[in-house]
Amino acid sequence: MASIVQDQLPDPNANAVSDPHAAKFDFHSLSVKAAGDERLTNALNANTLRQYEGRRERLLELPDPDGMRSLAGDIKQHTLDHLDYYLEQFQSSVEGNGGRVHFAHDGAAARRIIAEIAKQAGCTRVIKSKSMTSEEIELAHHLQAEGLDLVETDLAEFILQISHDKPSHLVAPVMHKDRASIARLFNEYFKTPYNDDPPTLTAQARIFLRNKFRRADLGITGGNFLIAETGQVCVVENEGNARQSVTTPRVLVSLVGIEKLVPRLADLAVMLKLLGRSATGQVMTVYTSIFGGPRLGGEKDGPEEFHIVLLDNGRTEILASREYRETLRCIRCGACLNACPVYRKIGGHAYGSVYPGPIGALITPLFQGLEKFKDLPHASSLCGACYEVCPVKIDIPKHLINLRRDINTRRISGRSERFIYKAWAWGMKSPWVYYVLGILQKFDLRRRAHKTGWIRSLPPFVAGWTQVRDMPAPPKRTFHQIWKDRT
Amino acid sequence: MPQVALFITCLTDQFYPQVGVAVAKILEHFGCQVVFPEAQTCCGQPFFNNGFPSEARALATRMIEIFAPYRHIVTPSGSCCAMVRQQYHELLQNDPQWQKPMNDLRSKTYEFVEYLDKVLKVDLHQFKLPAVQEITYHYTCHLRGIGVKDEGVRLLRQIGNVEFKPLEKTDQCCGFGGTFAIKYPAISGAIVEDKINCIARTGAQTVICNDAGCTLNISGMCHRRKMETRVKHIAELMAEAMGIDIQAW
Repeated sequence: MASIVQDQLPDPNANAVSDPHAAKFDFHSLSVKAAGDERLTNALNANTLRQYEGRRERLLELPDPDGMRSLAGDIKQHTLDHLDYYLEQFQSSVEGNGGRVHFAHDGAAARRIIAEIAKQAGCTRVIKSKSMTSEEIELAHHLQAEGLDLVETDLAEFILQISHDKPSHLVAPVMHKDRASIARLFNEYFKTPYNDDPPTLTAQARIFLRNKFRRADLGITGGNFLIAETGQVCVVENEGNARQSVTTPRVLVSLVGIEKLVPRLADLAVMLKLLGRSATGQVMTVYTSIFGGPRLGGEKDGPEEFHIVLLDNGRTEILASREYRETLRCIRCGACLNACPVYRKIGGHAYGSVYPGPIGALITPLFQGLEKFKDLPHASSLCGACYEVCPVKIDIPKHLINLRRDINTRRISGRSERFIYKAWAWGMKSPWVYYVLGILQKFDLRRRAHKTGWIRSLPPFVAGWTQVRDMPAPPKRTFHQIWKDRT
Repeated sequence: MPQVALFITCLTDQFYPQVGVAVAKILEHFGCQVVFPEAQTCCGQPFFNNGFPSEARALATRMIEIFAPYRHIVTPSGSCCAMVRQQYHELLQNDPQWQKPMNDLRSKTYEFVEYLDKVLKVDLHQFKLPAVQEITYHYTCHLRGIGVKDEGVRLLRQIGNVEFKPLEKTDQCCGFGGTFAIKYPAISGAIVEDKINCIARTGAQTVICNDAGCTLNISGMCHRRKMETRVKHIAELMAEAMGIDIQAW
C-alpha cells in the first residue's frame, strides 16, 4: 500500500511551462526547442498517429460519416445562432431540477463564484475531474491558494499536478511525457522504488486517489455538453473519476463554457456518435454520464447541492463576430491536433495556451488577443488535415487566413512585409513585370548555385528556407520561354 | 478534339518547366489540342494565403478573364487548382458581376491527374518504363480541397515496371505551406525531415510528387541530407514510360 506522502498537494501551476500572463509570448523559441526535442517528437508521433488512425477506422464504421459531421456542425451552428434562447431554456430546466445556475463573465468571476460556493457549504476537500475550461481559468491554482485541499482525479491531470506541469493536448493531457518520466515522477513523489509498468503505476495512483474520493466534500467537473431541454450536463471519460466526483461529494459544481449547449437529448446522441470516434477512435468512452440536479427523495447517490457555473470569458465576443462564430462549434475532441503536421512536431506547450493545435491557433488569439498570439495563425502550412477531421466541420484553414488578414488590416504585421507583398502582387498583374522579375530572380539564384545546380544560402529575407534545406537552381528557360521559342 | 488551356502556375513555370512540357505532350498524345495563354502570371494564392485578399482578388479576376475563352483548363499543381475551385468563391463572394465568370472557370478547371482520370479516362496499362523502378507517392495536401483521393496512385500503378512502395504517413503534409517554410524553418524542417525519412524507409528511388512547392521542399531536403531519391511529377514519369522527350520541343 503506497504511503500517503502529503495531504496538501503542490500547486499545479507553480512551475508553469509558459506563463500565460507574460507580456510577450515567444512562439519562435518554444517551437524551435520543441521541434528539436527528440523524446517529445517520438511521444507525439506514437500518440497522435494512434488516435488519428483509430479515428479513421471507427469513423468508417458509420454509415455516412461525412453526413454525420455535417449534421453535427449544423446542430452546433444552430445552437450558437440562438444561444440566448437555449441558455434561458437551460437555466430554467436546471432550476426546475433543484439546481442553481451561475453566470460568470470571466475567469476571475468564475473562480470567485466557486470559492464562495465552497465557503458557504463549508467544503474544504475537493476532488476534481478533467476540465480544460478549468485550466483556462486556472481554477485549481486559485482554489488551492484559498486554502482548499484539491486533487486532480483524472490520472493524466494528477500527473500534471504533482509535476507542476500543464496539459499539452485536449484529450491526452500528458502526451508530452513518456512512461519513463512518469515512472521517475512517481518514484520521487511516492518515495517508492522505480517501476515503469503502467498497471503498477496506475494502481499506485488509484489507491492514493480513492482515499481522496472517500473524504471529499466538494466535487468539481467540467462538461462536454449541456442539454438545454433537460438542464443536464454530459461528461464522457475513461477512468470513472468524473462519475466519482458527481456521485460521492456533498456538493457538486460543474464549470462549463456557454458554447457547450445542445438543444435536446436527441442532438446529444449525434454528438456522442462522433466524439469518441473522433478523439481516440473509441466507439464510446468507458463512462458516459448525464446528470442534472441534487439528489432527489429516495435516491441513494448524488450531491445535496448542484451548481452549474456557465463561463463566458470572451465567448460572447466571438459569438457576436459572425465570421468567427463557427469556431465555437468545437467539441474539444482533439482530432485536429492529432491530424496536424505542426502539432505532431511541436506538441501543445509551444502554443502557449491550454488550447493548442489548429483550433487553438484560432481561439487562443480570439480569446486572448491577436497581438500577443500573432504567430499562431501563421505557423501553419494550411494543409487542411484539420478541416478534414473536424466532427463539426469548422473550416479551420479559412479562419487561419481570416486571422492573417486581420493581422494585416490591424497593422500587427510589419510595414515592410506588407509593402513587399503589395508590390509583388502589383507586379504579378503585368506579364512584363512577371517576366523581368523572373529573369532577375533566375540570374541571382543560378549565380548562387555556383554551377552545382543547388543553392545552399539564400538572401536574408528568404534565408529561412536554406536554414534547413537546399534550393534547386531554376533552369535557364521558363515554360513561357520554352513555349515562345517553340512557336 | 478537346481544347485544353494549360495553366502552368508560377512555381512550375520558373522551376519545373519540363513538367509543363510533359503535361502538354501527354495531353496531345491523348488527343487534346493544347494552348497556352501567354498572359497568365499568378492565380493569387500567395497573397490570399497571407491575408491580402484585395491583392489576391485583382489577380483572380485577371485570371478569370484570361482563361474565359477556353473549354478546359488543366494545371499540374493541386494547390493552384484548389485556389480556383475553392478560394475564388470566397474571394469574390461580394462581387455579383464576377459570379458567373468565376463559376464557369471553376467548373472547367482540373488538376492534371484528375483530368486524365475523370475526363480523358485514360488507361496507362499500355505504357511501360524502360526499366523497373521502385516508386513511392506523396499525397499533396491540396488534393483534399479538390476531392482527389487515390487516383494518382491508381494511375501510377497501371504503368508497367512500376514497383509501388506505399509511403508511411503518405497524407501528412511535407511542410512547404508557401511562406511557412521560410518563416518557421525549424518546424517546417522537422516536418520535411519526417517526410524524407518515411521516403527513405520505403527504399524507393523515386517519389512522385504532383506539386511544385512540395517538390522544391522535398528535393531540397533530400539534397541537403545527401539522399539520392529523385522527386518527380507523375507527368515526368509518364513521359518516360510513353517515350516522350520532354527536353526538346
